[in-house]
Amino acid sequence: MSQSISPSPFNLAPTAADAPEPSAIAEFSQETLALTKRLFIQLQRRPSTLMAGVIQPLMWLVLFGALFYNAPQNLFGDDVNYGQFLAPGVIVFTAFSGALNAGLPVMFDREFGFLNRLLVAPLSSRYSIVAASTIYIISLAFLQTAVIVGASAVLGAGMPSLLGLGAIALIVFLIVLGVTALSLGLAFALPGHIELIAVIFVTNLPLLFASTALAPLSFMAPWLKWIAALNPLTYAIEPIRYLYFNSDWSLGSVVMAAPWGEMNFAVMLAVLLGFDAIALLLIQPLLRRRFA
Amino acid sequence: MTAAVVIDHLQKRYGDTEAVKDISFTVERGEIFGLLGPNGAGKTTTIRCLCTLAKPDAGRIEVCGVSVIDQPRQARRRLGYVAQEVALDKVLTGRELLELQAALYHLPRSTAQERIAQLIELLALTPYADQKTGTYSGGLRRRLDLAAGLLHRPELLVLDEPTVGLDIESRLIVWEFLRQLRDAGTTVLMTSHYLEEIDALADRLAIIDGGKVLAEGTASELKDRVGGDRVTLRIREFATDAEAAQAQGTLQDLAFVESVIINTAQGNSLNLVVQRNCNPLTQIEKTLSEIGLPTFSLAQSRPSLDDVYLAATGRTLMDAELAAASSRDLKKEKKQAMKAS
Repeated sequence: MSQSISPSPFNLAPTAADAPEPSAIAEFSQETLALTKRLFIQLQRRPSTLMAGVIQPLMWLVLFGALFYNAPQNLFGDDVNYGQFLAPGVIVFTAFSGALNAGLPVMFDREFGFLNRLLVAPLSSRYSIVAASTIYIISLAFLQTAVIVGASAVLGAGMPSLLGLGAIALIVFLIVLGVTALSLGLAFALPGHIELIAVIFVTNLPLLFASTALAPLSFMAPWLKWIAALNPLTYAIEPIRYLYFNSDWSLGSVVMAAPWGEMNFAVMLAVLLGFDAIALLLIQPLLRRRFA
Repeated sequence: MTAAVVIDHLQKRYGDTEAVKDISFTVERGEIFGLLGPNGAGKTTTIRCLCTLAKPDAGRIEVCGVSVIDQPRQARRRLGYVAQEVALDKVLTGRELLELQAALYHLPRSTAQERIAQLIELLALTPYADQKTGTYSGGLRRRLDLAAGLLHRPELLVLDEPTVGLDIESRLIVWEFLRQLRDAGTTVLMTSHYLEEIDALADRLAIIDGGKVLAEGTASELKDRVGGDRVTLRIREFATDAEAAQAQGTLQDLAFVESVIINTAQGNSLNLVVQRNCNPLTQIEKTLSEIGLPTFSLAQSRPSLDDVYLAATGRTLMDAELAAASSRDLKKEKKQAMKAS
């Protein structure tokens, strides 16, 4: 270091407390945007996660599709091939996996001390950390979904209507929001990244197999049927699957025959909303843990 | 005007470790206040509680009259924090990091750009501002972190060991910068285990050891409090034990001499404490020649902060450092801090 600090017009006098306080919403969006920008800069400069995130669901589609290639015709419904059946499962599972990993960067920030920068700052709410991660994950999930929808169409699964695609986007958003929140909560609560990875590891695939992503409820053992019918993933998969199979659909359409009765589109969405609300409330004490 | 920092009977434990037993001190506005103590004394824990990163078990903490415990957001707006281990996102450039930091403190865009440009210039970061921080040297990282802590122009800047691991030139730059800040009206609270750093910078200081404050005041007050001047005497470059003992016995009887210690680690040199303003050197030399001993070197000085530290803790800071280094499990402490904060 050869230069020295030159005299400068910079006013070093403190002013922090005199500054007028902007509205809470303006503050929240400012900090959320800045945190989101950081995540996208990281993605831009380290694009390998994006590549892997796009390639992986395509491999699911191709491999699982080939696995059941010779399954009896109409096993999964009238005029339905397994590719069509599978696409919604892969869409939801991909979005879910991305969201489940959302806590990892925060955990690394915590371990490297970068999170302290955020915790010492007068954030209007620590939910901006959740919001930024959700925006980031949802953007990735939409990109992945678009690729899966496109690839499925090429593989012969057809394509939902424009309104149907909008509904898919909404459903993907709802599942990502709740799972991202839970993952961030774990990033604040667990001792370190080893523990977080362990939780992700034991949650990820079991939740996939205990959902209707790969097989319909009617295939399952009675006990698994109950679990799958309670699994939030199922509440995202079944409505999307219905959109894939039926061009005429409404909020009243029955999309799932749960062990306790039939559930329509609106109820499924309401359950996802409820899941999000519970997840966000559940993590509140964790975000506050150090200080409000 | 309220004090910049009031810490009153602070207590904090992590698991079985009582990191802070009972710490109280006050930092006045516009001064540089130093927390001096060996590693593991409780400095960082105190700072973490002050900066709302850890919740105290007991005690009161105020920043500019705002309770850190009851109104953490208000307190955060008033303080800038520069951590001991600089945590930068190595993928971001320096400028991008400052932009992020500015947004976290809700600076309007134009204000942020203006201050970022000024701080980059002021801290001589211009050639590096648009490089990724992963390429920065230790000195650069520290200066960028300083800039980040100052963007919102806090009333109180808190620095934890601001010059650990820096080369001498970087350290002098940081010192000069902190003095400029103080002169412009910012209160600076810093920790250090470097005596000379605290001596050079701090207007007032507190000595911390074992989670307690042992002494608080200006450096010269504290030095006055430990009593007389220090005299270091070497009979020869390497004096024999017998010579040293003989000199000790004779010098102890002089009226103005308070104590004489033989420092075996320094070639049997003698450390004397003498009354202030008594001009003792000629007298000492004369006394020695009367009993047939030469004088190799003889120097008088005011007590140093190390003497203050020694008087307060019964050991020198270096001994404390060595003791702490051998008994500490840093990994365990970090784990506990992450869990329990």
